[in-house]
Formats: sequence, structure tokens, C-alpha cells
Amino acid sequence: MALQTEAGERQFVEIEFTLNGRTQRATVEPRELLLDVLRNRFRLKGTKRSCDMQVCGACTVLVDGQPVSSCTYLAFEVNGRNVLTIEGMARNGKLHPLQEAFIEHGGFQCGFCTPGMILAAKALLDANPDPSDEEIVHFMEGNICRCTGYKPILESIHAAAKKLPTAKA
Amino acid sequence: MIRPFRLEEPKTVREAAGLLRRHGDGARVYAGGTELLLAMKERLVRCDRLINIKKISALDRLELEDGTLRIGALATHRRLEESRVLAQCLPAFVAMERAVANVRVRGVGTLGGNLCFAEPHSDPGTLLLVLAATLVAEGQDGRREIPVENFFLGPFETALGGDEILTEIKIPVPPPGSSAAYIKFGYLERPSVGVALFLALDDAAEGITSARVAVGSAGPQPKRVFEAEALLQGVGVTEAGRRIDQAGEAAARAAEAVSDIHGAADYKEHLIRVLLKRALARVIEDCQKQTR
Repeated sequence: MALQTEAGERQFVEIEFTLNGRTQRATVEPRELLLDVLRNRFRLKGTKRSCDMQVCGACTVLVDGQPVSSCTYLAFEVNGRNVLTIEGMARNGKLHPLQEAFIEHGGFQCGFCTPGMILAAKALLDANPDPSDEEIVHFMEGNICRCTGYKPILESIHAAAKKLPTAKA
Repeated sequence: MIRPFRLEEPKTVREAAGLLRRHGDGARVYAGGTELLLAMKERLVRCDRLINIKKISALDRLELEDGTLRIGALATHRRLEESRVLAQCLPAFVAMERAVANVRVRGVGTLGGNLCFAEPHSDPGTLLLVLAATLVAEGQDGRREIPVENFFLGPFETALGGDEILTEIKIPVPPPGSSAAYIKFGYLERPSVGVALFLALDDAAEGITSARVAVGSAGPQPKRVFEAEALLQGVGVTEAGRRIDQAGEAAARAAEAVSDIHGAADYKEHLIRVLLKRALARVIEDCQKQTR
């Protein structure tokens, strides 16, 4: 990562990172938030701004496989790292088993929390392929849904876990 | 949107301290950023220079050395939550970390950052007070150790000097026959009240040889409650049970509870009394389990 200065005042940073499997480069100001860079620079609108204070989980993306709140995460920090957004979940036109499970089990209604829910659930299942209800609740309690009452989300994650029997292999 | 700032990425603590000294109040130390960035987004703090200390090596270590846990200031909550060494020597600390905010904050936020930000509604400081922790600060003039009792001066205010960085948190591993608990209550993202208790019992697990009590979140800063400790220390566990209401009163007074979005002052005082009673039962049970 190169720290650059322009006209003495404003500072720019060159970053290179993997975004949904592809290498990307960007020039950002240190103050720019990952959420804004994803939505405005890369036009990836699946990542939502909601509470803007790391409480609700709607802006969740994975950085090196770990969930972060992109609303409160400086974009330059992804330099050299791997970023996954909801747009990177489907492969070759086929939805990820978590996406299929959320559809099948009604894991959403309005859908605003869903990208964050699915990414958080992916991080959980990657580390723990067969989580208990309690483990799911502990991991997912920072992702808020105002529609479903959470039960269909639990069911969706269990169903996806069954479809991904060798997730850890 | 965050106001423009210059990013600095020092490679050593000495270099970071130099930047802090040179730039004064406009410079902010940046670790996980989970609290600082919120304040910057809301423009509640001035920041002309952001000093990213994550490029300094060895600030995130976690090791057990001669009966002392040495935790680098940059260790994330998540790392502490998942540490096997910690789970073995300090299960109460792991339980506390497991319940900090949410998985995203724990993955990015650091223990050192949490302590230095000194947001009153917070968990780790209260528990560290009963674990007799020492905080290591380094500045241009050298390194010093600050007992955690002397670290918090008030809301968002610590004993760190203008060019000092918190580098390490040292916790002595509690001896066998002792135990600690941290119990909190809240209905928002942050706790309304947190109560911590440490007890060491004698060989028969009947008498309390050492007691430390702390309260946090309710008032301006986490505090030891010496009056409550004096009530519990040197008495049998049954007598401690009789005295716990009185100890709870002392803790409620010491907390200097304030009314805020997290609850009214008298409500928080009530919670402190209840949580201390629960903590006593839990810690005694845990100590006695060890001797059985």
C-alpha cells in the first residue's frame, strides 16, 4: 500500500484487494468507508447501510472470511485482503446453498437484512459446519431482522448446514 | 462523512509516540477503530492525524509467562474469546469477552483500544479491576506500569500521557481455589451495569481469604469497591452471604450511578445489588467445585 500525497493537502492511498474473487485496484482517501467504496465505486448495492453504528449487521461483508461492519471500517484496511459481498456468493449462475435455504425456508421478508445475514451465516458455517441453535444465536445475535422473528432464519441456516456437509473439508 | 485526516503508519512504538508528541490533540491513535470511527463519523472528536498502530509488530501477542498473562494491546476481543490459554487460566475473562458487543465488533475491536477509549458503558475494565491487572504504557520517555485502579480517570479519560500508547495488559493468573465472575445487564448494545467479583477461599473452601469487588457502566468509570471487599474478606462463606446486601449497598454507592439512556440511577443501583448477590453465589460455587 502506497501512501500518496497530492497538492500537499489531500492524501490518497492505492489499494489492491480481492473482491468477490477478482483482483481490484482502487485509489481511496484514508477516510473513506468500505461500505461507500463498495456501493459507490464498485456499484455493489447488495451491502446495505442501516444503523451506521455496527449494531444491526445490514452492512456485513467478509474480510478474509471474517464478518465486519463495512459502515465503520476504513476502506484502505482491505489492502491485500479478500473481500466477499453478497454479490460474490453465487457461482456460475447458481445460488449458494445458504441463499437457496433462505428462499426455501422463508428466512426473509423485506430482505434488507438478508445480505448481511447470509454473509454472517457463511462465516459461521465455514468455521463450524454443524452449529447448534445456541451457537447460531451467539454468532448471529448482532444481525437484526425486524420481519421474520428469527425462527425461519435459524431454520434456513440449519438447512444450509445440511446441504454443506463437507463445508470444512 | 468523516472529515479528511492524514494517515500515519509508524512501525515502532517510539515512532508512534513521536507523532503523538508532535501533533498533540489533533492526533488519534487508531487500533480496531470500532469506537473511534463512530465518534469521527459523528464528528464528536477532532482528528487531523490518524496514527495506525497496527503496523507495529508484537502488539498483538498473547502469552503466559511466569504466572502472568501478557496480552498485547492489539489483541482483538474475538482472539481473546477463542484463546485456549485464557480459557484455562481465566475462564471469567473469556466469558466476558464472549459477550462484548457482537461478532463483528469483537473481530475488529481490540482490548487495548477498548480500555483507552474509556467509554463508561463497557465490560473489560470492570473485570480487570478485580483481576489485579497492570497496564503497560510506552511513550518517548520510556515505559511504565499503571495499576488498572489508576488508569480510568473519568468518561473517555485515562491516565495515559499525551505521547503514551498502551502496549500491554498484564494479568496475574489467579491461584487455585479462587475464582472470578463478571455479570452484566443491559437492554441496548452496551451494558447498563456490570459487576465483577473475585474471591480466594482457604483450603477448606469455607473462609474468604481475599475479595475484590468492582462495578462499571453505571457511572462515570469502573471502580473498585473497597468497602464491599472489607465486608467479605476474612469471613466464612455463610457470613459473606449474610453481609452481601450490605456489600451491595456499598457497591451501589461507589458506582456513582447516573441516569441515562441505559436506565435511571436508582434502577442501576438496584441491579448492582442483585448482580453482586448472584456473583457471590456463582464465585463461591466455582471455588468449592475446585476443592471437591
